[in-house]
Parts: sequence; C-alpha cells; structure tokens
Amino acid sequence: MAKDTEDGVGTEPRGVSPEEQPLLRVDHVAKSFGPVKALIDGSVDLYRGESHALLGENGAGKSTLVKILAGVYQPDAGHVLLDGVPINLASPAAARDAGISIIYQEPTLFPDLSVAENIFMGRQPLRTGRRIDRGEMNSHSKDVFTRLGVPLNPSRLARGLSVADQQIVEIAKAISFNAQIIVMDEPTAALTEVEVSRLFDVMKNLREQGTAVMFISHRLGEVFEACQRVTVMRDGRFVNTSRIEDTDIDTIIRSMVGRDVSSMYAENTTVPGENVLEVEHLTREGVFTDVTFNVRAGEIVALAGLVGAGRTEVARGIFGIDKVDAGTVKVGGKKLAHGSPLAAMAAGIGFVPEDRRQQGLVMDMAIDRNMALASVGSLSHFGLIRKASERSLASEWAARLQLKFGRLSNNASTLSGGNQQKVVLGKWLARKPRLLIIDEPTRGIDIGTKAEVHRLLSELVAQGVAVLMISSELPEVLGMADRILVLHEGRLAAEFSRGEADEANIMRAATGQLKKSAA
Amino acid sequence: MSIIDDEVATTLPSKPTGSPILSRVLRFRELAIVVAIALVFGATYLKNSQIASAANVQQLLSGPAIIILLAVGETLVIITRNVDLSVGSVLGLSAYLDGVLFEHNPHLAVPLALLAGLGVGLVCGMVNGVIVAYARVPSLVVTLGMLYIVRGVDAIVVNGHQIDPSSIPQSFVNFGSNNVLGIPILFIVAVVAVAIVGYAMRSFRAARDLYAIGSNPDAAVLAGIPVQRRIFSAFAISGALAGLGGALYLAQLATVSSVAGTGYELNVVAAVVVGGVAIFGGSGTVLGAALGALLLNTINGALDTANIAQFWHQAIAGAMLLAAIAFDRFVVLRTDRVLRVEGAQRDNG
Repeated sequence: MAKDTEDGVGTEPRGVSPEEQPLLRVDHVAKSFGPVKALIDGSVDLYRGESHALLGENGAGKSTLVKILAGVYQPDAGHVLLDGVPINLASPAAARDAGISIIYQEPTLFPDLSVAENIFMGRQPLRTGRRIDRGEMNSHSKDVFTRLGVPLNPSRLARGLSVADQQIVEIAKAISFNAQIIVMDEPTAALTEVEVSRLFDVMKNLREQGTAVMFISHRLGEVFEACQRVTVMRDGRFVNTSRIEDTDIDTIIRSMVGRDVSSMYAENTTVPGENVLEVEHLTREGVFTDVTFNVRAGEIVALAGLVGAGRTEVARGIFGIDKVDAGTVKVGGKKLAHGSPLAAMAAGIGFVPEDRRQQGLVMDMAIDRNMALASVGSLSHFGLIRKASERSLASEWAARLQLKFGRLSNNASTLSGGNQQKVVLGKWLARKPRLLIIDEPTRGIDIGTKAEVHRLLSELVAQGVAVLMISSELPEVLGMADRILVLHEGRLAAEFSRGEADEANIMRAATGQLKKSAA
Repeated sequence: MSIIDDEVATTLPSKPTGSPILSRVLRFRELAIVVAIALVFGATYLKNSQIASAANVQQLLSGPAIIILLAVGETLVIITRNVDLSVGSVLGLSAYLDGVLFEHNPHLAVPLALLAGLGVGLVCGMVNGVIVAYARVPSLVVTLGMLYIVRGVDAIVVNGHQIDPSSIPQSFVNFGSNNVLGIPILFIVAVVAVAIVGYAMRSFRAARDLYAIGSNPDAAVLAGIPVQRRIFSAFAISGALAGLGGALYLAQLATVSSVAGTGYELNVVAAVVVGGVAIFGGSGTVLGAALGALLLNTINGALDTANIAQFWHQAIAGAMLLAAIAFDRFVVLRTDRVLRVEGAQRDNG
C-alpha cells in the first residue's frame, strides 16, 4: 500500500497535518566504534501526540540511536533536530534539558531512596532556607501518579519495586520535568500482560497530552496495539516508515530481515553420534522455564532468541555458574551436580563466555598463563605449576589457532579482539572438551578472524566434539548450526533443523509470534 | 482520564509489590540499638549498681564523644560508597599541632583552638577528597596511605616531644572535663554535631546527592549530580570533624604524644557499621552511627565492670561488626530471593 520507503517523512500520524514540522527529527545520523559501524544511517521523525515504534533485529542500530538521543553518544555524522532546529545533545543533562527522556529496559533508580526522591533527585522542591520540602515532593509525586493512573506510594523505598513499577517511576520522572519526547527501550520485555496493558494506558494518556513516544519492542503484536507508525531499521540503516494500518506483521518481519544468508559457511557433514548433553526441564525461577534439549557428538546446536530471552542464562545454568531451581543436566548419560562449574569441567564441558574481557580472560595476565588456566590441574606436579609446560601448551595452541601475538609473556590485553577470543578458545580446547558451550563466538571480531573462528568450530565438530552455540547474529546461526533452538521469554518456542530454518521463521518464534499463531 | 484511573485502580491490586519488611528494619535500626544499649546497661546495673552513679554515667557519655564526632564524618563518606581510614591519624596530628599552638599562645581562646584543629583536619580531608574524587583512586588505598603518611608526619613533627599539660590553659582543660547541667561538654559538642549534620542529611539537596551516589553511582551521573564535587566534600567534612576531634582530644587529656588516635579509624568504622550505615553506601543515618559508637562504648564499660580482660573487648566489638554486616546482607539477599520468586509466580499465574 502507501508505504513510504524513500525518505520516511511522508506519512503523518492521525490528527496531524502533513505540513506540520516533526517535533523531533533524527536526520541521517551515523556512529562508529573503531572499525565497527554501529549506526550508518539512522533516520526517524517523531510528531507530537504519536507513539512511534522503532523495530529491527539485534544489532540493527536501535540502541545506538537511543543512546545518541540520550546524550550518551555523540554522532559522527548527521543531525538531531528539535522543532526544525539542530540541537547538540552533548550530555545526559543536555538531552534532559531538550525535553528528551529515556526509559531503559533496566530502569536506573536509587534503590535506597524513596520513590518521590527518585523522581525529583537533584530538583527537589524547596522551602525556606533551601531545605527540601518533603510534603510538597510527595504530593507532587502523588499528583503525577494520579495523572498516570497508577497507585504508587511516593514515600516507600524504590528497592523492591517490580520492574513495571520502576518504569512507572521513570515515566513519572519524565513527566515531572515536562519531557516532550519519551523514548522507551524495550519497556515491556520484563512485564506481565496486566502490567503491559497498564503501560499502554499510560502511553495513551501521554499521547493525548501531546507527548511523543518512541517505543522499541520485539513484540510485534504490541506494536500494532500501541503505536500509530512504525520505522524499521536493518544493519544500522533506516529501511522504511509506515502507518500501522498500512502494514502487517509479515511485511515488517520481511523488512527487518531482508537480506541473503551469505554462503560463506561450509556445511557440517559430520553424522551426529551419541548424546553428549541432555538438558531436562531446566528451570531457574523468573529467568527460564522447563528447558529441555540435547546436543549430540559432532553437531552444532544453536540457541537463538532475542537479547534477554534467557539464552546466556541457560548456558550459565548448564555450566553450574548460576543455581537452577529444577531440572537435570546430563553429560554422557551421567547426571551433573547442580551449581558446580568444577563438576561441569570435570565432565568435559568447556565454556567460552560472551564477555571475554570480563569473564573469558584475565586481561592483566600473560597470554600463555591465560591459555593454560583451565589446564593447571594436569600441568602441575605436587601442586606447583611448571612454567615450561605452560609455555609449551600455549605455543602449541597458539600455532594451531594461528594466533597473532607479540610474545607469549605479554598480557592478554595486548591482543586484538579476535585473537583474544582465540586464546579463550585455546584455553578450553587444551582440555579436549566433549562439549563446548560458546556464547556469541564472534561478537566484536573483524570479518577475517570471524571466518577463522567458524572454521575452528567446524573442525571441532568434525572431531566429534558437541557444540552449543549462542548467537545473536542470524546469518551465523543459520550458517553454522545443524539444529536451531529458539528461546522466547525463557521458554523454548521452536526447534528447526538446518533445512527448515530461515531468518523469518526464527524471528517469528523469537518474537513470540509462532506461539500465538499455533494457539 | 478519570475513566482510566478507575479502570487501573480496579484491575490492578494496590498491594505493594516490594517488601515492606526491609524498610521497616531500616527505619527501626536506631530503635534496636537504643534497646541494646539499655539492655547492656541494665544487665551491668544488676551486677554492679555503681555503674548508675553520676560520675560513671558522665564517663559513659564523654568517653565516646570523640568517636561519635568522627563517626559523623565517616558516615558521610561511607554513604557515598567510600571509606576514610585516615581519621585516627588526622586526629593525632591535629591534637598535637593544637597543643603546639597553645605552647606559643598560652592565652588562645577556646573557640580559636577548636577552629585551628578543625582547619588542620580540613586540609587533610581535602587532600583525600581530591585524590579520591578527581584522580579516581579507590578511597581504601588513598586513605590507608594517608593514615601512614599523616602518622609519619606526626612522628617527625613531634620528634619525641610531648605536649606538657602545664602549657594547656585551664579554660581549655575545663572545656574538656566540665559538665553543663550534669552533662559533659564534650558529649554536648558531639550531640550538636549529630543534630546539625543529621538534620542536613535529611534536608539539603547536596546531602541527598550523597545517598544517591552511594545507592547507584551510574544513575547518579545520569541524574546530573556533580558526583566528584560531592565526594570531595564528604572527605573534606570527614577530615574537618577528625581535626575538631583532635582539639577535643587535647582538651580531654591535656597531653599528646605521636601515637594519639592510633587505631581510632577501626573503632569509628565499626561504630558506623553497627549503627546501620550500609558499608556499600546509599543508606544509613548519622544518628545510627552515633548510637553505634555509644553502644560499643557501653559494652566496653560493661566488660570492664565485669572484670573481663581487655582483649575480649576488641573481640566483642569485632563480633558485633560481623553480626551487623551479616544481618544487613541477610536482609538484602532474602528480599531479592523473595522478589524473584514472587515475580515468577506472578508471571505464571
């Protein structure tokens, strides 16, 4: 229909004349972090009194755009215009002064202070002698909550508020300094249905009072329920803006995905062997529920899903870093003790975490010692580690992984991201694991090294190792995995074999659409 | 609009989503300490009624006055998620320099002597504050370094010399030992400090910023709070109060050697933590910290009365400290766990 794919400006929200200037215009904004182009061409228009959805896959550039509006990042190119005038959002305070308020998925409250004080921090109403007027502050807060239609007690501590209520406090804060633009970054991800409908009432309320709301969500159903227009982004670029009544879920998903899976992945031809990992009914209350699957020798199984769906948490549960509340993990048919990474390692599991700087490596320790860290048991004699064996283990794996380094005695922090990842891989491969769990194997790694990591994983499965891979990059998931499990809000939503999977049906499962259409 | 209100009011139960237990515990922490003090005092009284004599009660009040003063400053620092370990050394230096001042000006007025002590402490506190807030060095390291540096400076300045009681004017000695309406002047000074700072901590934006910084440092930056300036001020005030404590120390004992105030920092931190100030910052009151100091001192007095050897005093202070921290941690963990399970039940139901 009348979809506007040229410049994204044409369509106007209900009750707004086409000539009227947008309240906020993000105009061809770009942002890079070193070689990584997080945002190439971000554009979106917001009018007074509309709820505008911003959609895109993980890594489409939405968060970067939000952080530019928040004054946290400064754009490398492009402009942000308020009422047609370019503005400089140099700091969070500048963004606030411009009337822009951001509500993050994880609200940033002061748990030890009262709700009212959270709303008015730094701007508390004063009485004589510049003293804080608590009565005034509480009654102001109460007024705002009444306007929002939410019965919250302003004098209680923020600690212990549900995520939904914390978001309400953030919205109240935005209202109390008359924000004209409220950006909500996945506000519904942690909310129950009742809480979501309450939030939508609040949004409607704000809209009627002329506020512009930017709404970021992966739940497409909600977008159709709560928004008037929708802008889709892909790979850091603006794709299109359409009125909600002119589009449908399939069209949006196609715009979000819209690219060919590259053919740079070699298919795994290994015939899967016996079950290496069996996970049964694994549950951690409030995080993931009733997760059951298996991984066989010589097979790559991918855990896909949106950020916050519980993928990493499931991996941490399997490896014993986080306690689980119910369910079992079996490795090679033998039950694994709960909550013990040592037991998991002894059973032959290796775990390459998502955040290699914080969790994968000891950055201020030499490369060879990092590499030998998981193998110190076999390298030591009477409890003393022999430096020579550390060194020979490290140089063997450095050669096999084609590590590019200065000296093995240099700190791990001297390596590039890709080579750091190789050290983490080497650390676990040196233990000859039966199962390798690898979380975001190629995040923040340049393309050349990416291909090497993929080749390494393929070699591993060819040798009969089982691999459980978590990845937010759909091409990687589709290219590498023999089977794909999709998590949605802590539950397994779908399983696809290599032949069945494509980006569209994975996204559908990950956004909860599959479940609904099946029901 | 009112339609929405009614709808929401009926569809959403108005039951609080959090745990009221926690806020209740925090609110009544001071009360619990008062009860503890009364119990210790009562138990000692049963054993030896001498403890209730006027002289003894005055001793129980003036004894911890200096620690209370230091605890007030320490509270501000700990609330910002920092710590000041240099207070004992700063007290020692300020006491000695004040004594030297008297040696040169025997007729110095009492308020000026107090101000001089305060000034010495202020300078030390500002040095701490600059390094912690602007150079972003962890306060544990900075103030530990300051502890030794100031102690070293103290030793060099003192150089074997001791302030002779005879060089301290009688008016200043009286200030340190007399009572007004039966209450030791030193205790009154401490109470005034607690009252002023305690009131300020409730009533001024800058003071509330300290709580915000300790409660969630990242959010404090996002809220536009001048984090560095506030942390600097907290250390400056802590130093100033330690300096004032030094002047009081001189007034109380009239003699100062180079080891004056050694180990005070540990008593002060213990008092603050026992008094319910969270060691991770963000919560606690000056009144609580002062009561913590009073409680630890009362326990020591009781142990003295019961003829229990001195080394047990420290062991018991340590045990109190661990108990207080363990209790705080327990409450937080329990609340988190309850909330997580509650949240899960809400999702599934």
